[in-house]
Amino acid sequence: MPAATLTARSLIAAPAHARAIGSVGGRRAFAFKEVGKRFGDKIVLDGISLDVRAGQFLAVIGKSGCGKSTLLRLLAGLDRPSSGSVTLSDEEGHSRTRFMFQEPRLLPWTSVVKNVEIGLTGIAGGTEARQRALAMLDEVGLADRAGEWPSVLSGGQKQRVALARALVGQPQILALDEPLGALDALTRIEMQQLLERIWLDQKFTAVLVTHDVGEAVALADRVVVISAGKIAFDLDVAVARPRRHGSAELARIEGAILDQLFGRV
Amino acid sequence: MRLAARLAHNGAAGWLLPAAIIAGWEAAARAGLIPANVLPAPSAVAEAFWRLTLSGELIRNIGVSTLRALSGFAIGGSIGFALGLANGLSTLSRGLTDTTLQMIRNVPHLALIPLVILWFGIDEEAKLFLVALGVFFPIYVNTLLGIQSVDPQLVEMGRVYGLDRRALFLRVILPGALPSIFVGLRYALGIMWLTLIVAETISASSGLGYMAMQAREFLLIDVVVLSILIYALLGKLADSLARLLERLSLGWHPAFQKG
Repeated sequence: MPAATLTARSLIAAPAHARAIGSVGGRRAFAFKEVGKRFGDKIVLDGISLDVRAGQFLAVIGKSGCGKSTLLRLLAGLDRPSSGSVTLSDEEGHSRTRFMFQEPRLLPWTSVVKNVEIGLTGIAGGTEARQRALAMLDEVGLADRAGEWPSVLSGGQKQRVALARALVGQPQILALDEPLGALDALTRIEMQQLLERIWLDQKFTAVLVTHDVGEAVALADRVVVISAGKIAFDLDVAVARPRRHGSAELARIEGAILDQLFGRV
Repeated sequence: MRLAARLAHNGAAGWLLPAAIIAGWEAAARAGLIPANVLPAPSAVAEAFWRLTLSGELIRNIGVSTLRALSGFAIGGSIGFALGLANGLSTLSRGLTDTTLQMIRNVPHLALIPLVILWFGIDEEAKLFLVALGVFFPIYVNTLLGIQSVDPQLVEMGRVYGLDRRALFLRVILPGALPSIFVGLRYALGIMWLTLIVAETISASSGLGYMAMQAREFLLIDVVVLSILIYALLGKLADSLARLLERLSLGWHPAFQKG
């Protein structure tokens, strides 16, 4: 399986002898090798090694300022690592990573469907783009709002449009930076279920950064806890899907992670 | 109250006050409260309007003035827009020119009239130069401001989704700057008429300002008042056109949505 380094928004080439650490079974989606990131004197990430299987749902949690968002930005190529390397498997020469932000970041002067079409930049255009955007909007349950301005949508609907925009290009990796953080509790659960359904359907690799342990446990196959720039805890969540919110099993795992986060082990 | 609300909704309410003023003015003039050599009655002004329309003088002068205003606007506006874009998009360009432009901006452009007359005489160039200069700054300042205030999060989103520089400009930066550019446009339209009127009043051989000055020499006070009223109407017309453009292109903006 070819593992090429992402070019253009570019990352440092991995040394050929570098051995994957914490390697899991199946095709690899991406790997971090001894990744460090500092801004000036401040060390944000310090020797992160992470190997993620294609199609895995990974949740990254940690307290604010622990470097979890930085990790995501490195993955999406928005920042470069100060040391180490980030490698993405480059299947068919177009490994695509899509980023879903904390805010919807829809263009207010562009209709809902055209906002979704932005996700097809360089992939499809014209009628094909319109068809695919409409199909994706239907998937997130907003087909009837295609022609409207984003300003008339609710917060949850805007985030659903942003999700459609991120997924319409069928990315291999979806990076989610606390995209549900600003939603109310009920809308949040609804969005989590939508995200899980689409993920089960499209089989992309999802990396969700969140500070909500409950959300991480409900959605992820694997939870990584980052503390002081290092991986403090790496846990597989082997709970069958679809998962039920508030089940005893999820609560037990959530409790274990919280204990770890607050050093109550 | 219901009638007033409906009128306000139609935009007709804005015309009630001017209509009332004209009615009061006519009544006062007829009652002899306002001497005709101070302020002629609206009917006398209407008569002057009719007289000058028939002779073709009015249309010709409005045409000359409008052409001057629009040409000056096109020149100054496009230079201001281009520089605003350049300085908004490039720190190098801003570093080189912004300080100079801000210094020039603080000189009242009408203070240049003596110099402009020395340079260009009282020909068309003088008027075009003054109008262009007056219009330049509001367009420049607001275009620059608009581009600088575009949400950087949206720009980052555009980059992440692979929009190239051209698409980023056309789909993210320009539309984001548009509300501010329109503020500049409307402000510039006001300055355009102001500058032209002053320029034509001081030095011209045609145009509305010239017509008013000629009328003053012959003590045709009705024509003077008529010129002033036409300025008001032309200014209102320009502003309405700008508002229409604004409504058409800013339909996405919550402030312009019907509801």
